Amino acid sequence: MSFRLLFQSGTHWLGIAVIGLCALIPLYVVVFDEPYYINLFSRLMIWAIAAISLNLILGYGGMISFGHAVYLGIGAYVVGICAYYDINSFYVQFPLAIGIGVLIAFIFGFISIRTRGVYFIMITMALSQMVYFLAISIEEYGSDDGLIIYERSDFSTSLMNLDNSMHRYYLIFAVMVACLYLTYRIINSRFGHVVRGTKSNEQRMEVIGYSTFRYKLVCFIIAGVMCTIAGVLSANVEKFVSPDVMHWTRSGELIFMVVLGGMATLLGPITGALVFWLLSEFLSRLTEHWHLIFGPFLILVVLFSPSGIAGLFKFKKQARG
Amino acid sequence: MDPLLLIEQTLNGVQFGVLLFLLAAGLTLTFGIMDLVNLAHGSMYMLGAFIGATIILWTGSFIIGLLLAIPLVAGIGILTEVTTLRTLYQRHHLDQVLATFGLILFFNELVQIVWPLDGLTVPFPEFLSFTVPVLPGIDYSVYRLAIIFVGLAVALGLWGLVSKTKLGMLIRAGATDRDMANAIGVNIKLLFTLVYGIGAALAGLAGVLMAPILGANSGMGEQIIIVAFVVIVIGGIGSVKGSFIAALITGLIDTLGRSFLDTILALFVSINTAEAAAPAISSMLIYIFMAAILFFKPSGLFPAHSN
Repeated sequence: MSFRLLFQSGTHWLGIAVIGLCALIPLYVVVFDEPYYINLFSRLMIWAIAAISLNLILGYGGMISFGHAVYLGIGAYVVGICAYYDINSFYVQFPLAIGIGVLIAFIFGFISIRTRGVYFIMITMALSQMVYFLAISIEEYGSDDGLIIYERSDFSTSLMNLDNSMHRYYLIFAVMVACLYLTYRIINSRFGHVVRGTKSNEQRMEVIGYSTFRYKLVCFIIAGVMCTIAGVLSANVEKFVSPDVMHWTRSGELIFMVVLGGMATLLGPITGALVFWLLSEFLSRLTEHWHLIFGPFLILVVLFSPSGIAGLFKFKKQARG
Repeated sequence: MDPLLLIEQTLNGVQFGVLLFLLAAGLTLTFGIMDLVNLAHGSMYMLGAFIGATIILWTGSFIIGLLLAIPLVAGIGILTEVTTLRTLYQRHHLDQVLATFGLILFFNELVQIVWPLDGLTVPFPEFLSFTVPVLPGIDYSVYRLAIIFVGLAVALGLWGLVSKTKLGMLIRAGATDRDMANAIGVNIKLLFTLVYGIGAALAGLAGVLMAPILGANSGMGEQIIIVAFVVIVIGGIGSVKGSFIAALITGLIDTLGRSFLDTILALFVSINTAEAAAPAISSMLIYIFMAAILFFKPSGLFPAHSN
């Protein structure tokens, strides 16, 4: 797949514009003195990272995971629980989060990937809900009130101080770009071709001799870890974590971001995250009961533009040509 | 372990299982026959609770509430089917989960607009709010016994409907081979609407029955729908028999786990550790059970589509 083909969706300019916007936000904030936007866009980019990771299994791998938000919670809870015991070093928290993320993604993937179709959807959903209830049942870590994180992760260097919102912002930005690059490399590798081949016809891949289970499982774990990292970052932005981030409806929102931006497009998830946020922001200012409009909007997108915004662009092009 | 408590909790477990069955039956039917993953099924349960509670509070009669709420919820269900779900049958499962997720958001918000209070509470119906001795020395709520009775009656009725009636024959035909049934002249569209109506009515019934126990809250559907999913995954998606058995097992495991796990754990570890760990582990029990079942039978206990 050439670089040009990669961006054939028609949304690539939109995606690049969003990345550019993210890169320039700090400038705007400094010039016009509106620090509010820094945290807002930090959050947006964390969503984008989560959506990028989900796109890897959902878009490229064809695995409809309805429990992906659980890794956001795992990453955030590892930071939170470490901080609770005064372990603030990033160099302890980060490897720990990755390790636990890999372990949980391995277990969940091992159970769910053996099953097919609807079973996969429901099992990923149920397993994530299990972790949600687990977090609620542990009173030590705040149960459903959540856990306040008093200290951000400590890098022990003045070059990276997470209490500085600019440092934080550019760290998240760098992680987002790195995740994009990693996804780009993965989907163009031999591994990525096998995973995408599995999506289009699993039986065929089995017949020509690939153990599709293993490829899917590894893909599932990579996506899980990527999202765990998003969770680590989110804990450092919010200084708070609660079971709510893992509720299955959060996973549904992540899926919607991916679909909205265009599944299996490299930059789609970023656009999707931005549009999702703009939409919720706009509608919630319009009325307190914005879900009343948002719900039917979601249905309409599914019914009439199955490939999200990318589909709208394609449609326009076709209409012109 | 107190044997009296054990019997009481076992009955509670059966009651929870029966409730799960009322929800799972509709889910498993819609999946088995229409090949539709419907996340919004929990919304019908929620609407049942709210509509039932409102009518009960208005009229003061539980029976009137029950009898009116069920057809109303079935009607809303049919309306949903005709306007939205119908367009989803031929679509990819991803489209189905997303669109029905949209329906959940819509119904939750709608409920908050129509019933702006935090929720509704309903008194137990007077003629059922007493206890009877189920065994010497064990008093048990008649209302909960009534729920068990209703659930078992529904299970029996559903079995009769599917295996003994013309409609049941059509349902089975539609489940086995949709296109063939259509080709030999079964009105598939009408059949699907009817089946969805039945599913919605059962979920509505579950909602009204639970209203005196849990009250009516926005979002109550989302919590229970996942457990109902666990039930139909264990039972084998599409199998009514499977979901009945799985619902009872799940109800028992969950209820007994929550009541007795600390006692059981205390046999192996110190009481303090047991008391700390028990709530965490018991909240995961049904999911662990599901994972274990799937490990040995990836299509559940009674896979409906394999035979």
